[in-house]
Parts: sequence; structure tokens; C-alpha cells
Amino acid sequence: MNANLRQQLVNLTGLGVALIAWTLIAVYFGPVPAGTSPWVFFLQLTVNGLILGSLYALIALGYTMIYGVLKLLNFAHGDVYMIGSFIGFGVLTVLGGPLSPAIPVVLLVLCMFSVAMIGSGLLGLAIERFAYRPLRDAPRIAPLISALGVAFFLENSALLLFGTSYRNYDGFTLVSYDGLHLGGDAGVFVQYLGLIVFVTAVALMIALVALVRWTRLGKAIRAVSFDREAAAMMGIDTDRVIAGTFFISSALAGAAGVMFGLLFSQIYHLMGFLAGLKGFTAAVVGGIGSIPGAMLGGLLVGLVESWANGYLNGNWSSLVVFGILIAVMLVRPTGILGTPALQKV
Amino acid sequence: MTERSDHTSEGVEPDENRGIGVDKWVAESDDRRERHSGFRGRIEHLWEILPPAGKLALLTPAIVVPFLPISNGNLYNYGIFILIYALLALGLNVVVGWAGLLDLGYVAFFGFGAYIYAFLSGTHSAAGHTYTHHWGAERTIPIAVLVCALLGVFLGSSSRRLLGDYLAIVTLFFGQAFVVFTNAANPAGITNGSNGLANVDPLTFFGGRIVIDTTRGYYWFLLGTVGLLLVVLYALSESRTGRAWKASREDPLSAELMGMPVNRLKIMAFSFGAGIAGLAGSIFAAVQTGAFPQNFGTTVLIIIYAVVILGGSGSLTGMIVGAVVIVASNQALDSTSPPNLPRILFYAAVIAAVYFTLKSWPQRLAAFGGTALFGLLVHAIVGSVWSDGTAGEVTSGGFLDGAIKNWVLIPTDPSRLAVYGYLMLIVSVTVLVQLKGWWRIGVLVPTLYLTAFVWENLMIQQPSVTRQVLLGLLLIGVMTIRPQGLFGQAKVEVV
Repeated sequence: MNANLRQQLVNLTGLGVALIAWTLIAVYFGPVPAGTSPWVFFLQLTVNGLILGSLYALIALGYTMIYGVLKLLNFAHGDVYMIGSFIGFGVLTVLGGPLSPAIPVVLLVLCMFSVAMIGSGLLGLAIERFAYRPLRDAPRIAPLISALGVAFFLENSALLLFGTSYRNYDGFTLVSYDGLHLGGDAGVFVQYLGLIVFVTAVALMIALVALVRWTRLGKAIRAVSFDREAAAMMGIDTDRVIAGTFFISSALAGAAGVMFGLLFSQIYHLMGFLAGLKGFTAAVVGGIGSIPGAMLGGLLVGLVESWANGYLNGNWSSLVVFGILIAVMLVRPTGILGTPALQKV
Repeated sequence: MTERSDHTSEGVEPDENRGIGVDKWVAESDDRRERHSGFRGRIEHLWEILPPAGKLALLTPAIVVPFLPISNGNLYNYGIFILIYALLALGLNVVVGWAGLLDLGYVAFFGFGAYIYAFLSGTHSAAGHTYTHHWGAERTIPIAVLVCALLGVFLGSSSRRLLGDYLAIVTLFFGQAFVVFTNAANPAGITNGSNGLANVDPLTFFGGRIVIDTTRGYYWFLLGTVGLLLVVLYALSESRTGRAWKASREDPLSAELMGMPVNRLKIMAFSFGAGIAGLAGSIFAAVQTGAFPQNFGTTVLIIIYAVVILGGSGSLTGMIVGAVVIVASNQALDSTSPPNLPRILFYAAVIAAVYFTLKSWPQRLAAFGGTALFGLLVHAIVGSVWSDGTAGEVTSGGFLDGAIKNWVLIPTDPSRLAVYGYLMLIVSVTVLVQLKGWWRIGVLVPTLYLTAFVWENLMIQQPSVTRQVLLGLLLIGVMTIRPQGLFGQAKVEVV
């Protein structure tokens, strides 16, 4: 067993112990609204957190994959997610809106997902072409600044095109307000829509893992992540692989955008900023560059946010998430499942 | 105009312009000598050997003249804005330009400076607390600077463990935490939440013996501050510390091995920049007699970055020129500027971009002539098929009204078409970069016309959003075309 694997196992064990300890603390000492049992309250928050976390995991996967191939933090990723959300809304509107859909709801939702994913994927390709490809060999600070420019451009383009008003998906009208009652009427309530979102996210993640593990493109992506120059020398068209990675990552972000719209209804031009930060947090907590890490990190960030919302004042939940991020980055910059980067001289 | 070529071989003391990559510099000496012949070369050479003060003196008229038409006789107001951004850029330049650290929480220091000044010089009551400090500026400004510098040490200490991207994101959180702190947290009413602190005293020194409360007064005070700071920063950049910053920026590992305390240098850079931002913030609070959370958001951060990047990070002259260019163009794209100014600036920028992208005259002529003809043709066709398509009103047309009305399509209800046009514009620009030669001209012509269409029907109606879109594009453009900005020095890679 090598040292890296051992470290990851230690991290995972630590995480497990911390989660169990937290569960007990939250259940026995946490404030609970009147008339609810502490276990039900805790589990309800956990379920909500897992659904939210699956969304963050999709965003985090994009960060992690792009970081893998380019060693670059794509600041614009959160805004790709926002654009994806707007594309989904556009499809919804064109096909009749949530109240009177022109085609069966299943097809409509499928359409929204696929068009948003393709649209944001293409947007990702364009971003890569304009803002990152010319800067492949520039000092590291250059692509970061140009990424900042892209993020600002996308945000304000959305503002220019769609204005400041919120757009409403009305996802629950579209699908159903109903859900599963686990453990009777006083038990944990899981909305069907949340379940759909969670299952879709997991399916996308499985598809991604399969793609990275078993296809030619996936193999090339792994090779480029490992060592770009060596991959290029082995005859891999690195530009193409990087473009492909951008397409996949951005498509996942677009899917997450549609999911957000379905779940939380209201979308607006600044929604990408915070979601992007949280997705990034998830990627770092899980270990940037690691695909399972990003999924784990996403779920964790979702859980933390949901618990913080339930047990603390809502204003503080993002600060708690960021506090955890900073702590992780200072104490264990490689995250839970990351591999330590060797500094080459 | 690269700045690193004023050396002949007379054994002069090497200056900072030589940068780190001496090997390449030596290898290029013949090219440089070549470049210095001829009229243009001579002018460039003269410019290069001019000391920074002389450059500024020459640039000043160039700086002032463009403002005369847009200022409505209110030149001092613009001056104040420019100087505050220049101050901020000078501070950020220490962090980004010299030490090479990406600090995205910089705007928070600006905010802290403003809030500290506002809190200590005015009467505020919020959430059941009343604070009546009316301290003199000779105490509040140093306090603001010191507190910000200390916060800079705090934030900079995270740079011990974090590099590049991680540092950027942690600083971004710091900026975000500041917004939450002022807006939502508001402990004991000290920041007054989203309303901010109003009714702040003007700059009052020594118990009211010196009071600066006029626009003109602020202008001269700021000018003095910036001038003083330029002197200090120039000395600093030539000093041991300044050189050590640049060395640790180029190669932290080698710098460490040469015995430089890289971590301490980074923290110093952070706190120095933060202190300058605090200074700018405190003056800003006095100028606008208040501190409001919305003044310290991402937009301001991007503007400061645009100044630094356009001016050329690392160059002091660049910061001033960058501040002038960015603030002036920002103000020109304002709803209060004279009717045709934004339009002329925009078209001039587009034409300049096309001019410099296309290398040969036949191509340029084809592009411009083709666009003019294409526009007339489309206008005629659409006008005959769909009369509403050309019947709209030109927004603030002025003397260009007729020309635009007869060339650009302006539908009576452009809202939806303009959105599609904008999206199509993005697509066609993307296609454009993939093409070469005459194919490119073929796509360029409709793209240019589409640009005009989008500008006239969408962008000109929302100038404040448009300028932010353009700022984002500017950051991308400068980074990809000329990463060293206007006055910065090109990076020289030593292999």
C-alpha cells in the first residue's frame, strides 16, 4: 500500500468519524423547531443536503476536470452554469412554459437537459478557444485574469440580455409537488423532483466515470492530466483533448443549472457566482484533480450548507462553507482524495 | 514600446527594466540596435531614456484634453475619480505587478478603509447604538491605513501555504466575507447594514484648522497624495525589497535559495497594497461623505484590475495612464455623456481592432467597403420587405442620426431581435477566429454589420451594463494580445 493511498484512507476515516460525531452532536444538542423529533429534523436536512450536494458535485466535477488538464482554475465555470440554467428556461418557454407544456413533461425535461448541456458545452468550447488557448504558455497569472474577464463578460451579458428580473422555472408545477414520506406523515419528506434531480446527477456522474475510464477520449484526458507534454509527445492531440474536457465539464455545469432551476425555481444573472465558489470549494475539499473526490466534496458541501441553514442563521451558511474551505486548504491542501502535487524544479 | 531596451554597452548600472531574463536580452541586442535607427526608432529611443517624471509631464496634456468634451466643465470631478482609481491601481500593482500574487480580495481593503474612516468621523446610529466619533483626518487616515495593512498581513499569511489559484480563491472569499460582514452581519450596528454609513465629515485636519470639503480641494489633495506615493513607490521599486519582490515573482524557488525570505516578502506585498487601498478608501469615504456596501463589490474590483492590466502590471506610469483610460471610457459610456460620444468611441474601437487584425490594405478596404455596401443592401432589402424593420428611432443619434437610420436596421420593437443578434454575434465571432484569409473577410463583413446592429438596438440603451461587458472583453483581449499591457515589460522566459 503506497503512502498516498494510506493518506487517503486516513482522511476518509477521519471524515467518517467527524460525520458520526457531528450527527450525535446535532441530534442531541442541536436546536430543533417545536414539534419535530431531532432525528427526523436531522435526516430531513441531510436529505436536502444530499440533493443540493449532487448539484454542487456536478459543478465541482467541471472544476476538477479542467484543473486536471490545464492546471487552471476556470473562474467562469459558475457562469457557464448560470447560462445553462437560462438555456433550460428558454427551452421551457419555447415549449409552452410550466403550466401548459406542449409536449409530455418527461420529453420536455429531457429536452431542457439536453439542449442546456449542448449549449453550455459549446459555450465552454468558445471560452476555451478565446480565453485560454492563446495563453497556454503564458505565466500562470494570465489565464486567471482572462478567466476573470470571461466571468464578468458572461454575467453582464446575461444582465444585458435578460435584465435583473428573476425567471421562474416553476419546477414543482411542472413535475409534481408530491413526494415520498419516509416513516409516516411526521417522517422525512423526499420530493419526487428532488429525487429526480439526485438520480439524474448520479447517472451523469456514472456516465462521466465510465467515459473517463473506458473510452479513448477518457484515456487521453487522463494522460493529458498526468503530463501534458509527454502526452503530446505520444501523439495525443492535446488541444483537442482539452477542448473535449471543456465541453464535458461545461455540459455538466449546464445540467446542474437546469437542476437548480427545477428545484429552486428562481434563476437570475448573478446565481453563478456563489454556486461557482461552492463548486470550487467542493472540488478542493474532495481533492482537486480527483473525480471521486469532487463527487464526495460536492455532497459534503451540500450537507454542510443544509445543516448550517437548519441549525444556524441562514446568513451565515455560505460563510461556514467558506470557513471549511479555508481550513481544508490551510491544513490539507490536497483535500480528501487528492494526490499531493510534486513541485518540479 | 518595450521598456527594456535602453541599454548600450557602456557599463551603466543595470536598471529594473532589464528584468530577469538577461540572456535573451543580450541575445537581442542587434535587433534593438536595428530598431533604433530611423525616425520612429529615434522617437522610441527618446521615449525610453526619458525618466518617469518626464513621461508623465508629456502625457499630462494627452490625459487632460480628451476630458474637455465630456466633462461639462466639471473636470475636477473626473480628476478625483481618476486619482482614486490610480491610487487603488498603484496599491494593487505592488501585489500583482511586483510580487506576482493574484489578490481578488483587494477591493475589501478599499472598503475597510472607507468604513473605518466613515465610522470614526461622523455620527451614526443603527440597531440601538449611536456612535459619535468626529476624529480628525490626521488620526483616522493613519488608523485606516494601519488597520488595512494589518488585515493585509492576515490575508497574506495564507499565501504561506497557498499558491496561485488557491490564493486567488481565498482572497476572493475574503472579499465576499467583507460584503457579508457589512451587509448582513452588521455587529452592534457599526456598519448599518445595506444602508451604509452616511453623513461623514469631510477631511478635517487638526481640529478644523485645515478643512478640505470642495471638489477642487479634494482634487489637489489627491493629486498630492498620488504624487507623493509615486515617489515612494518608485524608490521602493528600486530598493532591495522591490527587487526582491520581482525576483520572487519570477522564480520563488531560486529567490528562496538565494536567501530571500519569500514568505515574508509576499506578506509585505499584501500588507503594503492593502495599506494603499485603505488610504484610497478613507479618502473615497470623505469625498462621497459616506461608505456604502455596493461601492466595494466585484465591479470595482474588475475596474481596478482592468486599470492594472491595461496600464501594464509592474509599471508606475502604466497605472496612471490605465486609470485615465479606463475611468475616461467608463465615464464616456455613461448615460450622462454627450449624445454621440459612446457611439463614436465604440465604432472607433471596432475599426481600430479590424485595422490592426488585418495586415494588408486590400483586405482592410474590402472589409470596410464591404461592410458599408452590405449594410446599405440589407437595409434596402429589409426596408422593402418588412417596413417595421427600419422604422425605429435612433437612440441619441445627434448629427449621426441620418447616417445610422439609413444604414443600420432599427426595428420599431427590437427587444427580441436584439437578443438573438447578440447571441449570433458571439457565434459569428467564434467562427471568425477559426477562419483564415479571404474566407475571414467574407464572414467579417456580416459580423461587423451585426455588431453595429447589436450596438444600436441593445447596447447603447444600457450603457452601464455595456461598459461592464466591454470591461470583461478588455481583460480577455489585453491578456491574449498584449499581456504586458501598455507600459509593462514583456516577460522574458529564460530556459
